[in-house]
Amino acid sequence: MTNPIISLKNIDVTFTQKKRTIEAVKNVSIDVNRGDVFGIVGYSGAGKSTLVRAINLLQVPTAGQVVVNGETFFDGQSSKGVQIKPKDLRDRRRKIGMIFQHFNLLNERTVAENVAFALQHSPLSANEKKAKVSELLELVELSDRSEQFPSQLSGGQKQRVAIARALANDPEILISDEATSALDPKTTNQILALLKKLNAEFNLTILLITHEMEAVKEIANKVAVMQNGAVLEQGSTLDIFTKPQAPLTKEFIETATNQDKALAAISATDVVENLPAGQLFARLTYSGNSTNEPLITGLYQNFQVVASILYGNVEILQGTEVGSLLVVLSGTEAGLAAGLDSLTDQGVTVEILKGTKA
Amino acid sequence: MSNWFSQNFPNVVYQGWSGDTGWLTAINQTLFMTFWSAIFGGLLGLIFGFGLVVTGPKGITPNRILFWIFDKIVSVFRAIPFIILLAFIAPVTKTLVGTQIGSTAALVPLSLGVFPFFARQVQVALSEVDSGIVEAAQAVGASFTEIVFGVYLREGRSELIRVSTVTLISLIGLTAMAGAIGAGGLGNMAIAYGYNRFANDTTLVATLLVLILVLVVQVVGDFLAKHYNHK
Repeated sequence: MTNPIISLKNIDVTFTQKKRTIEAVKNVSIDVNRGDVFGIVGYSGAGKSTLVRAINLLQVPTAGQVVVNGETFFDGQSSKGVQIKPKDLRDRRRKIGMIFQHFNLLNERTVAENVAFALQHSPLSANEKKAKVSELLELVELSDRSEQFPSQLSGGQKQRVAIARALANDPEILISDEATSALDPKTTNQILALLKKLNAEFNLTILLITHEMEAVKEIANKVAVMQNGAVLEQGSTLDIFTKPQAPLTKEFIETATNQDKALAAISATDVVENLPAGQLFARLTYSGNSTNEPLITGLYQNFQVVASILYGNVEILQGTEVGSLLVVLSGTEAGLAAGLDSLTDQGVTVEILKGTKA
Repeated sequence: MSNWFSQNFPNVVYQGWSGDTGWLTAINQTLFMTFWSAIFGGLLGLIFGFGLVVTGPKGITPNRILFWIFDKIVSVFRAIPFIILLAFIAPVTKTLVGTQIGSTAALVPLSLGVFPFFARQVQVALSEVDSGIVEAAQAVGASFTEIVFGVYLREGRSELIRVSTVTLISLIGLTAMAGAIGAGGLGNMAIAYGYNRFANDTTLVATLLVLILVLVVQVVGDFLAKHYNHK
């Protein structure tokens, strides 16, 4: 087990306003390994942005410990919390790129100047900086726009400029704070593809803050779900998607896979609405190996259970297939019970949505 | 033409051109007062305006004590009516400049009169710089001075030009009032040689000249503000 590149331990962030205390982040611990794409999901106000700002101390935590690349930035145990000199902190921040929902480009500077702004402290010579800027703009496919002002660009192009700026000092970490939330679906996918490419080519560690589980599904290998300042659950994307524990996580996943809409539509159909006694309306979720097993055929052959499929969906997460089926199962009491047990044995998660298991 | 002018505007002609009470002298005095008090008051206003923004609750170095000091100084000076300020700080003027009358002496109350107004305008202008942009600059490791000059000043440039135009115009108004304490200028011309002597033609011409000055400032200011705006 390698040392995590980012280690947040028991982070608290508390804001005090006149008579009110707001606990924006409560006792959050997260370890991010080099090369991870770590998704942090939650609705707005969950504390995601506040939490990630603790990494480069744009937000100084109230308590806890922040360690980046083995260097302790903040330690709440110590009498003076921040452990790093302002000058060193500025230096370290250059190795932590950050992109934002509203791009935050300098409006009064051209695309090239925006990227060059991040290079002010770079040891590179003027010519090398120039070359670096054009190299970065090429990477984000905006070479032809270098002399334009941000207002002349589309949202997706602005975000790509922001990415070029964030990458100017060859950071090891990129924090993406709702970077695709202001973009349309097509542009979102382009930006996510770019992030994925950066992760693969440069082994860039990415923290992906978002309220869209779709984005996480696309590129993250790990995910943490946040609500009211606390992490509800975290783990590999595959685990979270196949075995979500918290209701909020389930909600996010259902939205991301369009299951919520399918479920609502199917629940209203006659078959489900007037489900005869002895039948079960269930959701089967399976991943990896079990996808290859003939589940439905097995049910009939071994237990004489008939499964009629009302909805099916297969996602590929991190190279693993994750499927979910909404089915109505009918058979004998004993057959159903045995059939369900055998599904569980094969690693299929069975949720009975309507009807009672005998 | 000149015959018609001297018949209809006898007092204007009587004032002469370049003498002590001449038109050129008055124009020069107004320009002199406007220019130098804009420089001194403007610098002071910029410093206070920037101070208010960077030490403010949402600034890059929040500091309650400094913010309180900046805020109170600006508020107190803004609360004093200019005409009273003129008289009130006369002793200070005397120590600084050696005299209480004349255009140079007027620079002290003019600068002090205009700076709090400008400081508030600068504060508002800079507050409009998106805090996200400042945060992005901090995230790439920009230092305090880089954020002040490279972000606030650069991003707020157009808005700063706009508020400077407004301030400059109100400053021209103040120089006319300063004329009342013997600072000279077009204001003095309009009141002392025009109004007080029932020379309405002199008042009219002095007013027109002030109007032209204001117009030029406005047009140039609007042009520059637009030129430097890429939002």
